Amino acid sequence: MNEKDPLNVIVTGVGGQGNVLVSQFMGRALVRAGYHVTIGETYGASQRGGAVMSHIRISRQAQYGPLIPSGQANVILGLEPVETLRVLAQYGNPGVTVITNSRPVYPLAVAIGAARYPSVEEIMSALEALSASAWLINATDIAVELGAPILANIIMVGALVGAGVLPLRPEEVEQEFQESLSDDRLELNLKAFRRGLAEAKTRLPATPSA
Amino acid sequence: MSITTYEPGASQLLMGNEAIARGALEAGLGFASAYPGNPSSEIIGSLAEVAREMDIHVEWSVNEKVALEAAAAASFAGVRAIVAMKQNGLNVASDFLMNLNLTGTNAGLVLVICDDPAGLSSTNEQDSRPIAKWAELPLLEPATFQEAKDMTKWAFELSEKIKNVCVIRSVTRVSHARGDVRLAELHPPGRSAKFAPTMLGQFTPLLVTLKHNMLHQKVKQAREAFETSEFNWYTGPEKPELLIVTSGSGWYYSLEAVRVLGLEESVGILKLGTTWPLPEKLVQEHLARTDKVLVVEEVDPFLEGNLKELVGDTFSSLGPLTFYGKRSGHLPTIGELDPDKVMGAISTILGRERTDVDAEYAKKGQELTQSMVQNRMVGFCAGCPHRATFWSVKNALKLDGRGGFVAGDIGCYTMALGPSGFFQIKTVQSMGSGAGLACGFGNLGKLGFGQPVLAVCGDSTFFHAAIPALINGVYNQANFTLLILDNSATAMTGFQPHAGTGASAVGEPAPNVDIEGLCRSLGVRVEVTDPFDLGDTTRKLLDLMQCDGGVRVLISKQKCALVRAKAEKAAYKVRVDSERCRGESCGCARMCTRVFQCPGLVWDSERQKAKIDEVICSGCGVCADICPASAIIREAA
Repeated sequence: MNEKDPLNVIVTGVGGQGNVLVSQFMGRALVRAGYHVTIGETYGASQRGGAVMSHIRISRQAQYGPLIPSGQANVILGLEPVETLRVLAQYGNPGVTVITNSRPVYPLAVAIGAARYPSVEEIMSALEALSASAWLINATDIAVELGAPILANIIMVGALVGAGVLPLRPEEVEQEFQESLSDDRLELNLKAFRRGLAEAKTRLPATPSA
Repeated sequence: MSITTYEPGASQLLMGNEAIARGALEAGLGFASAYPGNPSSEIIGSLAEVAREMDIHVEWSVNEKVALEAAAAASFAGVRAIVAMKQNGLNVASDFLMNLNLTGTNAGLVLVICDDPAGLSSTNEQDSRPIAKWAELPLLEPATFQEAKDMTKWAFELSEKIKNVCVIRSVTRVSHARGDVRLAELHPPGRSAKFAPTMLGQFTPLLVTLKHNMLHQKVKQAREAFETSEFNWYTGPEKPELLIVTSGSGWYYSLEAVRVLGLEESVGILKLGTTWPLPEKLVQEHLARTDKVLVVEEVDPFLEGNLKELVGDTFSSLGPLTFYGKRSGHLPTIGELDPDKVMGAISTILGRERTDVDAEYAKKGQELTQSMVQNRMVGFCAGCPHRATFWSVKNALKLDGRGGFVAGDIGCYTMALGPSGFFQIKTVQSMGSGAGLACGFGNLGKLGFGQPVLAVCGDSTFFHAAIPALINGVYNQANFTLLILDNSATAMTGFQPHAGTGASAVGEPAPNVDIEGLCRSLGVRVEVTDPFDLGDTTRKLLDLMQCDGGVRVLISKQKCALVRAKAEKAAYKVRVDSERCRGESCGCARMCTRVFQCPGLVWDSERQKAKIDEVICSGCGVCADICPASAIIREAA
């Protein structure tokens, strides 16, 4: 468990991936656990395919501002690999932990064939060179398997909590799901969260190239 | 989970806007109104969710002026009221406000204005604070989430004390950020609303000079209350080398900058929550601590200017001070601030080197990611009816061939000024201004003008501000076609109901104002089309454009893709027949992906063919009609 205070976490992705929702789940669970939490969100055009990120500041001592200074992120949770890279370049540092979904959401330029999307190998090699540890999780594939691609975000939260980088136990997050989700959505979300936890457990962190 | 779920004393993670709403409920709010606009929408949105339970009136008004008028009436009748708007909305409401200030109020009336520095979800980045000075109304700026709640609560008391509107100015990073807030008791409003003036002309601005003088007295009273306000405080050494004076979002950035730079022993921070009128005695006491002052605020140097005004008045006692901030060039005069910008200003002023950034890592980060990270242009969602409409607009204008164009408006469809709407929108200013401009363009015939004019507006925008322009066009016989994009939602701001949706803010059935019937009642020709039928829409548009003279209306009616996705199953399963798609050899130059640009359509560069991204495709099936090779197949889902 990370003892940094404040602990600076960035959740990043593309509008429509559920960035805001997962930040809120984590934030509420952390407040319940007695932390001061601030979440700064950039989602001006979130529902139209723009880049989005949430800055989460977690502290026992005090409330922090909604924007993390450059180079000061401790953990980056990426729902989309290129967005993870974008955030890493600005907010990363040699000690940062990165956990990212592997499934691209193509920028329009790529979708229309005007630009190339980097390969998984290229992305992974940059992630490893710029972090203390970097995990790639096939969250969207697992979510499709569970029948709802949108659940990739919940699987990623599972992986994050499973990785032990947040001061949160799995049951604290599950309690939050129980309080905020309607019965018909709860079961599937719990399932997705637990798949994410399991994914973290079975995975050895890729060691950064020395 | 709502803003009333938790017990008093509990800590709850609240968005700044929710904290404002909670503060109003703790103050005994009875009436709330707004027109949606980011970053302000969640104030009334979260109050609407609990309106039935609290037994209060909450409404989405047709525009900001009506919202303020309605809230003022509640205040006149002895009911505490809140009205919320974004910065552009203030401009709409200001005519009423500049008379209401002289009139004064009865029960507490709080006007919350949420500014959007950098225009993250706006067409401008107007700093609204000068309205407080202009209208002579007290101004509060919350810096934290707790303060957003507590300040709102106190604003009602202040408003009642001075019998005038109290203005709260928030910004995106307060309104749209979240933090833990400690809750207090909720207070249900009283039930004795009654309009009972006690003086002749009480609720009028007459006699003007007399009321103006009373207004000055109210400002004086507010200033006195501000001198001892709990929302102003100083942290730092007794005699700092540099004094930061800051308000709103600037406070956290300043605090963080001083902490990261390790300058707690040499830099002090005066955090002001009450920024107009300035608490002059308090400010002077703190200015006396030093000879260097840095002002940190978003967006314009409003506080900086007012401080300098004060220093000018008291120069003999304060002595020379050097001011740093926007006017000195140490902080930007455009866009948002952040901790890095404040750190940059402090280290330049004090001549200290920054040690907070690992330069080598930053360089490596740039090098390794630069070629991989691309911009994400915003555009219409997959299955958005606007894309389909603008496809037809483009084709109809081309077929017409007289150089016609579209005067745009404010809403999701504003994005049609870019590639996702085929660059069709040529003007964008304010709500309803597309139709207003069309009234002018459409009456330039005598002056040699021969281009067909299309004005566009959304359903919510139609109610907000396009109706007067439409009537003006009819009366003055302007020659244009008004295209109303009716997607049954205020989509850009989060799907709030409006006068044409058949539902009220609190989710109860409401009369559904019929846009088509309203237009017909003006005696103009009205056609209705489903934008997903490209052929029919193009034909109708062309026909309307070519029937010269007067105003014509085309209502393009299809639900927002995001609303459809929540409410109903996809109409079609769409796929690309890879036999029929001939890729680059087709001659269509990849029309589906390169030109139509729906995010659900992807160019597979390995196979050199188009394909459907089944995770993103909404199943509208429109792309099947644009493929010249009929390679896109839509089947009933």
